[in-house]
Amino acid sequence: MTFSRRQLLGTGGSLALTGALAAACGSNSGRDDDGGKPGRATLQQWYHQYGEAGTEQAVRRYAAAYTAADVKVQWRPGDYDQQTAAALLTSSGPDIFEGSPTLDQIQGGQVVDVTDLVSAVKDDFNPAVLTPKTYDGRIWGIPQVIDMQLLYYRKSLLSDADIQPPTTLDELVDAAKKLTTKKVKGLFLGNDGGAGVLGGTPLYAAGLSLVTEDGKVGFDDPAAARTLGKFHRLYADKSLLLGAPTDWSDPSAFIQGLTALQWSGLWALPAVKKALGDDFGVLPFPADGAAGKPTVPVGAYGAAVNSRSKHQAEAKAYIKWLWVDKTDYQEDFALSYGFHIPARISLAKKAAKLREGAAADAVSYATDHGYAQPLLWTPAGQTAYQDALSRIIKDGANPDTELKAVVRTTASELQRVRKKP
Amino acid sequence: MFTYVPLLWSVYLSFFDAHNTVSPHRFVGLDNYTSMLRDRAFTDSLGTFGLFALFIVPATYALSLALALMVNRLRYLQAFFRSVFFLPAACSYVVAAMIWKLSIFNGVRFGLANTVLGWFGADQTAWLSTTHPPWYWLVIVTVRLWLQAGFYMVLFLAGLQRIPAQLYEAAAVDGARPGWQVFRYITFPQLRATSVAVALLLVINAFQAFDEFYNLLSDSRGYPPYARPPLVYLYNIALGRGQNLGEGSAGAVILALIIAVVTVVQARWFGLGRRED
Repeated sequence: MTFSRRQLLGTGGSLALTGALAAACGSNSGRDDDGGKPGRATLQQWYHQYGEAGTEQAVRRYAAAYTAADVKVQWRPGDYDQQTAAALLTSSGPDIFEGSPTLDQIQGGQVVDVTDLVSAVKDDFNPAVLTPKTYDGRIWGIPQVIDMQLLYYRKSLLSDADIQPPTTLDELVDAAKKLTTKKVKGLFLGNDGGAGVLGGTPLYAAGLSLVTEDGKVGFDDPAAARTLGKFHRLYADKSLLLGAPTDWSDPSAFIQGLTALQWSGLWALPAVKKALGDDFGVLPFPADGAAGKPTVPVGAYGAAVNSRSKHQAEAKAYIKWLWVDKTDYQEDFALSYGFHIPARISLAKKAAKLREGAAADAVSYATDHGYAQPLLWTPAGQTAYQDALSRIIKDGANPDTELKAVVRTTASELQRVRKKP
Repeated sequence: MFTYVPLLWSVYLSFFDAHNTVSPHRFVGLDNYTSMLRDRAFTDSLGTFGLFALFIVPATYALSLALALMVNRLRYLQAFFRSVFFLPAACSYVVAAMIWKLSIFNGVRFGLANTVLGWFGADQTAWLSTTHPPWYWLVIVTVRLWLQAGFYMVLFLAGLQRIPAQLYEAAAVDGARPGWQVFRYITFPQLRATSVAVALLLVINAFQAFDEFYNLLSDSRGYPPYARPPLVYLYNIALGRGQNLGEGSAGAVILALIIAVVTVVQARWFGLGRRED
């Protein structure tokens, strides 16, 4: 068997250049032909795959109830944010999608300004989730619901070990170690040890931030290295659950007794309550250091309109109908399946399900200790930070050195996005 | 059209700032190249590829050759065993990766590997998350070995069946001992052409590593910094949330040049294309 050198070079050279593109290409654009009734727009709407039963049926029901246009819902499993980011580059993306438009997407003109849709009720939206959708005084997505992450703990396991719910990071590290047995691990922060999901939470818990309000790096401070350095102890003590069949967003590991404490979302609360009754509680991420404070991350997907859509006006009318006018649907979406806090303050106040037990605790944490990821925190900075955190946690890398590199990347990113119009 | 246009466009794009667009935005010269070469994550990913190739190329070569020798000696059921060993080649990399990740090498006590080790009193191991020792390599290498050893076994079988029986008879007459001596002086040299092809294909396939890495190690929040091959990194930069198509293209061009150099060096080393081949 012989190959000519020309063939070999051709094969080898083509591989890398086409590989990255080919890896992401698929024949399914996710968009049907318009195919609707004549004179009537057909809108393609994308949602990511929610884990809670009934959510998909609910959004299809809302779409079917809309009379001014035909709305086709696509339920998209997999890495949804990557899918939408790639789809927005093409002409075959959705008309409407739920997501958190990034600064590059906004600056690149990939999403439509929806300020006029929200202006009448702007003050009724929780500012914690409206602010990251706002750039240059304009709003680029209508917040749907508030999602928050928090720490679930198993009351019986803690009391058996004579441990109080941790209120500081040091207490959390100690508790995780004491709660670890041959069959149960102390803490589950995701299969990567927390590098992905925790994000800026430990920094906020140390009294710092990802990006300051005046647009500077918020963690160029020795306190950041000191706090992040503590995570390696969790790994070295073998207190972390790693390699669970489901990741942090799913409460299965906690429910199945694989871990005593788990970082997850408010959405998991109904499933946890159903499985464990009252044998659980929720906590914010504990404070660290003298300037620290308890912290919970809050965020919201927003309904956004693709600027390449041929039906922008119809798409805007639809999202105004669904996420501004139809408050009954918003309440149903937030509370009838998993638990989420309605993005509208008036709806959140009315929600009876959020007034008692662990749900009420969670809502108070979101109100008192919530922080949202700033719009200026770009994916490049986030990747550098996650890589550094992973090395700190698993390899015991020097937090000072690692963070200095992330500070450089973040500063350069902030400079880049500021240059853009 | 679908090969050369994207390829040339990618080279063109690599000289521009192209965030969230495939249309050149602002000419930046070689900035994307210098930025990629200074990027620790990119250079680490090249190291990951090197390490992966170091594991997978000799391991697959040795295993597929051993399987071929074994199957070739069978008097009965040869077709059956050939099919059994070849069948994994028909399995999707994604599916195999999910089976390895969720059933065999998950990190909890009821994962298959942990259950078996538990019988001997071992603690549960987080195979994909443990970096010291780097158990994730065991998972990555075994899944690819399982998937591709059968394919290369078939290539070696074809090579073995082309060796004239008279050579073995002559060797026996000359007093060569069956087993290692016959393998070393007759079988292995006769398989040279097949070995060269297998080695080249294995290296090229190692460069293409994406599916099993991505499905074993990525999650909704990203991909860990270890065991991140170049294609996964470039995919995340160019087509992931970063959408930095200028820098991603520069990385792809650098990678293409590296592959070209490695291919030429390897081809020269094997003497590929020489008339006697």
